[in-house]
Amino acid sequence: MSAVIDDHGHAGHDHHHGPAKGLSRWLLTTNHKDIGSMYLWFSFAAFLLGGSMAMVIRAELFQPGLQIVQPEFFNQMTTMHGLIMVFGAVMPAFVGLANWMIPLMIGAPDMALPRVNNFSFWLLPAAFGLLVSTLFMEGGGPNFGWTFYAPLSTTYAPESVTFFIFAIHLMGISSIMGAINVIATILNLRAPGMTLMKMPLFVWTWLITAFLLIAVMPVLAGVVTMMLMDIHFGTSFFSAAGGGDPVLFQHVFWFFGHPEVYIMILPAFGAVSSIIPAFSRKPLFGYTSMVYATGAIAFLSFIVWSHHMFTVGIPLVGELFFMYATMLIAVPTGVKVFNWVSTMWRGSLSFEAPMLFAVAFVILFTIGGFSGLMLAIAPADFQYHDTYFVVAHFHYVLVPGAIFGIFASAYYWLPKWTGHMYDETLAKLHFWMSFVGMNLAFFPMHFVGLAGMPRRIPDYNMMFANFNMVSSVGAFMFGATQLLFLFIVIKCIRGGPAAPAKPWDGAEGLEWSVPSPAPYHTFQTPPDMSEVHEHRKGTGGELTP
Amino acid sequence: MSTELPLRRLVLRLTLVVVAMFGFGFALVPIYDVMCQAFGINGKTAGAYTGAQTADAAREVRVQFLATNAAGMDWEFGPQADQLSVHPGASTEIRFVAYNPTDKPMTAQAIPSVSPAKAAAYFHKTECFCFTQQVLQPGERIEMPVRFIVDRDLPADVRHLTLAYTLFDITPRQPPVATLSATAAKESLQ
Repeated sequence: MSAVIDDHGHAGHDHHHGPAKGLSRWLLTTNHKDIGSMYLWFSFAAFLLGGSMAMVIRAELFQPGLQIVQPEFFNQMTTMHGLIMVFGAVMPAFVGLANWMIPLMIGAPDMALPRVNNFSFWLLPAAFGLLVSTLFMEGGGPNFGWTFYAPLSTTYAPESVTFFIFAIHLMGISSIMGAINVIATILNLRAPGMTLMKMPLFVWTWLITAFLLIAVMPVLAGVVTMMLMDIHFGTSFFSAAGGGDPVLFQHVFWFFGHPEVYIMILPAFGAVSSIIPAFSRKPLFGYTSMVYATGAIAFLSFIVWSHHMFTVGIPLVGELFFMYATMLIAVPTGVKVFNWVSTMWRGSLSFEAPMLFAVAFVILFTIGGFSGLMLAIAPADFQYHDTYFVVAHFHYVLVPGAIFGIFASAYYWLPKWTGHMYDETLAKLHFWMSFVGMNLAFFPMHFVGLAGMPRRIPDYNMMFANFNMVSSVGAFMFGATQLLFLFIVIKCIRGGPAAPAKPWDGAEGLEWSVPSPAPYHTFQTPPDMSEVHEHRKGTGGELTP
Repeated sequence: MSTELPLRRLVLRLTLVVVAMFGFGFALVPIYDVMCQAFGINGKTAGAYTGAQTADAAREVRVQFLATNAAGMDWEFGPQADQLSVHPGASTEIRFVAYNPTDKPMTAQAIPSVSPAKAAAYFHKTECFCFTQQVLQPGERIEMPVRFIVDRDLPADVRHLTLAYTLFDITPRQPPVATLSATAAKESLQ
């Protein structure tokens, strides 16, 4: 890994404060760009690991009947796939993007707490080492689903559950420290004159995401601590025998879990809000409404958690409240989609890889949003609950949502990171293979889900056979395509046409004012932003020709 | 740009938020219990009821009794009558019988639940074996009383409610020898 990345620190070597040599550079670094790169590589490794588990799942589901793995192992695969993708792939990828881009976007020399930043990152390999090691333990790894509902995860859990709990604690501490760092950086280190409403939306969405993180990651830490106490110290938080209640687990978990899904998508909203204007060659439509919509989504995410639990027996008033509150989220989300489409309206569009991923993001995330609205209808949810319809829904918001957002960001900023242009032809191939593979994999899941195929089961009725085979073929295609992405990134790091400081003619923002690749130290002297107009205010007039 | 002190204060405040939210996670436990009792979520019933009501002779409600053993519980456990017709406001007693067929002393805890859930808040237990743990010696059999009042304010559309007990084996957690108070409580009930 370091051998590959060493290349893109080149500019730094000539600089008076270049990076240290060898392994200690990566172990001890406090440089936001180094740490950002490590986060991104870590997340990509986790993406491949979690993805290969998805391949096991889809291979088993290729045909009905038990084919390849035992049900016990299948359960471990679904659980670990979810945990690794959520906590190991998506979240660290956004933290990596934040590390790299936020200081560059607000004109700061580094993150506000560089040593905390180093510790946040290095907790992750420890956490995931613990988590993955459980697969090799007697009794196997976590097999209770990524939502680890009690009592499956307490009374009936494998012995290794304690390692799982500590892994969650470690990654929680890592996320919380990362979030505090992001907030401190954004609030304290903005360049003079860079008012909040001049910040790029990626910075705004990350600021709000960071507040979500410090609000809910401690609750997750609390819920796994309760599990730990139930398992080892004789308490009965979730054990009915001792006066506790397993349903309580679901409430506490989803109080964390629902904001968590916005933690995974808001930074993607921000990145796409930079990319679409750049390739439309128009300012973002409705900047201010984007900021308020993000805030509204974040607020609403705290009062909708029980829509994950419509079937546990909530009073009618509760079902109605959570149903309407959930549907309300469609309003700020609709504002965002409207603004992205309006930004493209009559723009001078071009479709380089970042734009392809961004446009696919808008369309496919909206499909995932619509299936979310269907799931929000409490009476209908009794039919959909725990079926593949739910699987289709959250993969539509996470794969073309979060993951495509990350791909779009990677292609958009790769020239800034590496100093080289990536191979556009291969990148477009990557996009189209991902797009087709992903839709083949997840669209049929809507149909088998509506027809009643339950999730997390290694076998299924013959009537679902054809759609499942299509899903598996699509999943294999999507999975294999990601190796192409790895190739494209390595190729881009090792060489390619030199990238100018601003490789995208429509792009805006401070990050394009530094050379490509970005020097090891940037904005030692903060840029003066006081002359720059409040972010695109009053420029909504582009719609009138 | 010189932000040494504000940075320290900001980080301190954010850390306090983190600590507070960790505490909030635990605070959700009592909040949940209060919400459950207030709205009858999960058919949870309150603790011992101390009030008294006069019987509403004009109205009759059917109360069904269910007894279930949790997984791994070997006791024989059941009500003496499957159902009773009661007047709201009247105090009624029903006995449940438990028998330990195993060859070792065991401790059990019964957890009540009322259906429909919205009736849970109107079902008052003045005396219940579920308030204490039960210890039975090998081959021992006991009768355990429940005295309850169905509230006069029970919504008019509820004509029929179910009191269900699930009996859990908590011997590993509360070894029978160590639960003198539970034994005493059982004896006082007999």
